[in-house]
Parts: sequence; structure tokens; C-alpha cells
Amino acid sequence: MHKLEKKLVIIGGGPAGLAAAKTAFDKGITDILILERDFELGGILPQCIHNGFGLHHFKEELTGPEYAQRFINDVAERAIEIKLNTMVLDVKENKKVYAVNKTEGFFEIQAAAVILAMGCRERTAGAIGIPGTRPAGVITAGTAQRYTNIEGYLPGKEVVILGSGDIGLIMARRLKLEGANVKAVCELLPYTGGLTRNVVQCLEDYDIPLLLNHTVTGIKGNGRLKAVEISEVDKNLKPIPDTAKIIKADTLLLSVGLIPENELSKKANVVLDQRTGGPIVNEGRETNIPGIFACGNVLHVHDLVDWVTEEAEIAASWAVKYIKKDFLKETAAIKVKAGQNVSYVIPQKIELQADDRKKIPLYMRVSQPLTAVNINLFADGEKLYSFSEPFAKPGEMISIPLAQKTLAQHENLQEISVEIVEKEGE
Amino acid sequence: MIETKTLTCVACPKGCEVTIEYEGNEIIEIKGNTCPQGSAYAREEIVAPTRILPTTVIVKAGALPLVPVKTSKAIPLEIIPDAMEIIAKLEIEAPVKMGDVILKNILETGADVVATRNLPVLKA
Ligand SMILES: Cc1cc2nc3c(=O)[nH]c(=O)nc-3n(C[C@H](O)[C@H](O)[C@H](O)COP(=O)(O)OP(=O)(O)OC[C@H]3O[C@@H](n4cnc5c(N)ncnc54)[C@H](O)[C@@H]3O)c2cc1C
Ligand code: SF4
Repeated sequence: MHKLEKKLVIIGGGPAGLAAAKTAFDKGITDILILERDFELGGILPQCIHNGFGLHHFKEELTGPEYAQRFINDVAERAIEIKLNTMVLDVKENKKVYAVNKTEGFFEIQAAAVILAMGCRERTAGAIGIPGTRPAGVITAGTAQRYTNIEGYLPGKEVVILGSGDIGLIMARRLKLEGANVKAVCELLPYTGGLTRNVVQCLEDYDIPLLLNHTVTGIKGNGRLKAVEISEVDKNLKPIPDTAKIIKADTLLLSVGLIPENELSKKANVVLDQRTGGPIVNEGRETNIPGIFACGNVLHVHDLVDWVTEEAEIAASWAVKYIKKDFLKETAAIKVKAGQNVSYVIPQKIELQADDRKKIPLYMRVSQPLTAVNINLFADGEKLYSFSEPFAKPGEMISIPLAQKTLAQHENLQEISVEIVEKEGE
Repeated sequence: MIETKTLTCVACPKGCEVTIEYEGNEIIEIKGNTCPQGSAYAREEIVAPTRILPTTVIVKAGALPLVPVKTSKAIPLEIIPDAMEIIAKLEIEAPVKMGDVILKNILETGADVVATRNLPVLKA
């Protein structure tokens, strides 16, 4: 077997992997290898042809392919080694990475540090248990996006979409503009899972109905989908029998959630968080395995690629410190806890020694939509400070800074916790 | 007739619910915005809503059959279906570079249709 050695191996050439490579290179680690199973770089972005990317990172509005192209160009300028059409099959705790491609066959790379950047995959019909047959025409929204935007054919003419996540909303508009009749977007919950701008610009602009508290209760058709049955749901999200309606449709798109892609992480004994589906990490995005880092959608599902980039920069900066052995951990980690109305916080723990940082960004999601909120930060139960926001929505990740000063002021700190609560009397 | 509409401001991720009262193109009152950008947004949404149009163009001999494109600036929402029809008829040849102008001044809007990625020629 062919064997290589690299300082830094990055698994996945999407926006997370690309930004990580660029940052590590600029911070002095140039012996980098990006492994990507696809025939090109960019991850999922080349198929996300709509605009709305980069407002935070570049302060201008780009499309998905443009956002990717900028990072692809940055990586090309830096002479970073890339292997395309290369599938990583295994990663070990000792940072040996096993991959395969047509020209080199099966090979091994011994890395000093590894960054996991494999992204996520979509939940499928099998994963959500819709009753009925499985005729052709029932596909995930991401697959439909690939057919329409990359491969160049329309998945169908009469479309129903289940789930109001961003990919579902974006595809509602895209298929409508390509001439399909998009009959409805059904959402089980009483609120949408997507960004507000997508509800406005994808559904309201084109009068596509958004049916909240609705789900698909039946799939009809042999061979090809003919119709779907939809029903309203009650407070417990159970279908109400006499509300069932049949909608003629040849295509049902599923936009019912993304799952971080962690098969490889598990092989390396990386411990996962039940809530995020991704690894448990410290503030450097290092997993429980020293020298194995994670960033982007493999760590937790992001709604904006801008945060993916920021997270990749964090992971790469710490991977560089790890490789340069400029990396010290406190003896006891500070736990970061998700308090009231917070579904998760990344990082899950704080344990790295750093004199040069001013703040640690805490990424979090609210568990239900709230208005006029205070985001409160506590150190071992003592309130530190509070940020106020007019809204908090589960579809939009929140980032708040934890000041390094605060950490320095509290000796033997055990726990930082965050809660998101509505202001009283409003 | 005076009409009232509630819009979700998309000028920033906060998404304030802005209520606007208007008669034809004349704005009477704007409420619910937390900043001036919100009232500018609501005004434009009533008087002349515009959007950037992202779509794809057919490519001959490219590594992929399509190249993604967008309008270089926002165009009136109401002409988007017409613009789609024009863009659907275009066919270009690889290689394509990000920023290449595929069609100038679509429908006299002053916006060009530009490529949003590089696309090399298909290797034999
Ligand atoms: C179908 C879909 C559509 C999306 N649409 C939008 C959208 O419209 N707007 C938006 O803001 N966000 C969208 N997202 C979220 C978007 O994915 C993220 O913002 C961003 O692309 C995440 O970057 P990433 O690098 O973490 O993951 P990805 O972009 O998914 O990149 C991961 C890369 O890792 C590679 N990889 C995985 N496993 C292996 C392996 N074993 N060996 C080698 N390579 C591997 C993959 O091929 C891929 O290139 C979408 C996600 C999905 C799944
Ligand atoms: S009104 Fe201002 S604060 Fe509110 S969403 Fe619009 S831009 Fe943001």
C-alpha cells in the first residue's frame, strides 16, 4: 500500500474544508492535503445557485457558486495539494487516514492533525416514515436542486414540498421559475424552519401557499407519483383524520432536515453530541481525540455559510497551534451548558489556554420562536451579561461573544450557561 | 383606496414585521420597523419591488451541461418571468469564467446576465 505523510489532512473540500486550508496555510502550515470525493471543490455550494451568501463574511451578496469560487481561487493561489475523486474510507485515532481513488488505489496518509469537514446529508423518506408506496418522484429537495441546477433537468411539473427548511423554500421558487406548478409547501410545525428572507422572496413573491401545521399522510401512485394526501395536525402534531385532502402531484420534495455526516468520525472514536449529531468539541473545535478537529456542517448544521467559514478559521487556527505544539489545555474544562430555550451551544466545553484572544464566539440555536428576548450568560450561576434581540428563531443561528476577560476574572470556573428568555411585560 | 400591508423586512436577519399604509404609489404611514432601513425597504416593496435573478444557462462542451448565472443587479420583480424566458433560450460555449457577461442589459433594465462560476471544457 502506498503511504504518505502530511502535516494537515482536511477531509472534504466544501466551504469548511477550503477555508480551513486557506487559514492553516496563511498561519504557517503549508504541508496540507485536501481529500474530496467529488470531481470538483465547493461542496454543496455549486448547486446553491441563488444569492444570499457572504453578507457577513464579504459584506456583499453572492450566490453559492461565487462564494465557493472565491475560496477555490484562494486555495489555488496558495499551491495547496488537493486530491479530487478521492473517497476517505477510514480515519484512526492515531490520525492515519485511509482513502481510495482511481489513479493511486487504496492509500494511507499519516497526518499530524486532521480536520473533519464532511458536511451533512439530507433526511430521506425512509427516515421520516410517510405511509404509502415509494413511487418515483419522491426525492429530497437537495437531490432536486442538483438535478435542476447542475444536471439540467426538471424533476417534475406538479410539485408538493414537505418541510419549510431553506432548501425546500429555495426549490419552491426555482421550480416555479422553471415552469413547474408548485402547489404547496407543508410544514408540520406552527412556524417555518427557514430564513425569513426565503419565506418572503421564495413563497410570498410567487403566491406559493405555505401550509403550517400540515403534513403528508399518504403517497399515491404505482411506478410514478400521482398524488399526495395532506392533513392538518393537532397541537401534538398528530394528523386530524377528517382534514385529509388529496393534491395531484408528480413530485414530492422532502426538505425535512439535515444530519451531520459522521460515519468517519465514529470510526476514529470521536464522541458525538446527541443534540447536534456532530462531535463534542472545545472552543478550538477539537474533538475528544487530540489533533482531530471538526468544522462546518459535520459539526452542526449551519443556515449561513458565513458561519461555516468563521468556524473553519477557528478550527484551522487551533490545528496549526496543535501541529506547532503551541497548544496547552487547562487541567479542568469549563462546561458550556444550553439553558432555557436553547437547543444547543457550540463549543460544548472551554479548555484551551490562549493569551492572545479577546473573546470566544458561542454559537447557539433557540428551541422555539421567541420575540423581544434577552440572551443571558451565566458563570456558575452568576449572571454575567445579557444581549437583547427583537426576535430569536430556530432557523437562524445566534452567535454571541464570551469575553476572555470574564474567564480570567472567574477562577476555578465550572460552567458557563446560556438562556434565551422573553423580556417580561412585553 | 388606502391599503395596508404587513411585510417582513429582509434588509437584515432580524426580520421585523413592518406595516405600511399606502394609496397607489403614495406612502401614508410605515410602522413596526426598528431602523430606517426597514422603512426604505417597505417603501420600495410597495412602489417598485426588485430582485436579483439567479438561474442557469445551457453550455455546450462544458464539464457540466449548465452554468449558473445571475443578474448583475436587482431587476423589477414583475419582469422576472419574461427574463427567465429570454435566459432559457441562451446557449453558450465552454470555457466560462466567473463574471463573464452572457447577455448585456436584459430587458433594458441596465442589468447584465453574468456567470457565477468558472466552467472548464469537458475533457475528452
Ligand atoms: C442539499 C443541500 C442544500 C443546501 N442548500 C443551502 C442553501 O441553499 N443555502 C445555504 O445557506 N446553505 C445550504 N445548505 C447548507 C450548506 O451545506 C452549508 O452552508 C455549507 O455548504 C456547509 O459547508 P461544509 O463544507 O460544512 O459542507 P459541504 O458543502 O457539504 O461539503 C462537504 C464536502 O465533503 C465531501 N466529503 C464528505 N464525505 C467525504 C469522504 N468520506 N471523503 C471525501 N470527501 C468527502 C463532500 O463531497 C463535500 O464536498 C445546503 C445543504 C445541503 C445538504
Ligand atoms: S427594520 Fe431594520 S432592524 Fe428590522 S429587519 Fe429591517 S433592517 Fe433589520
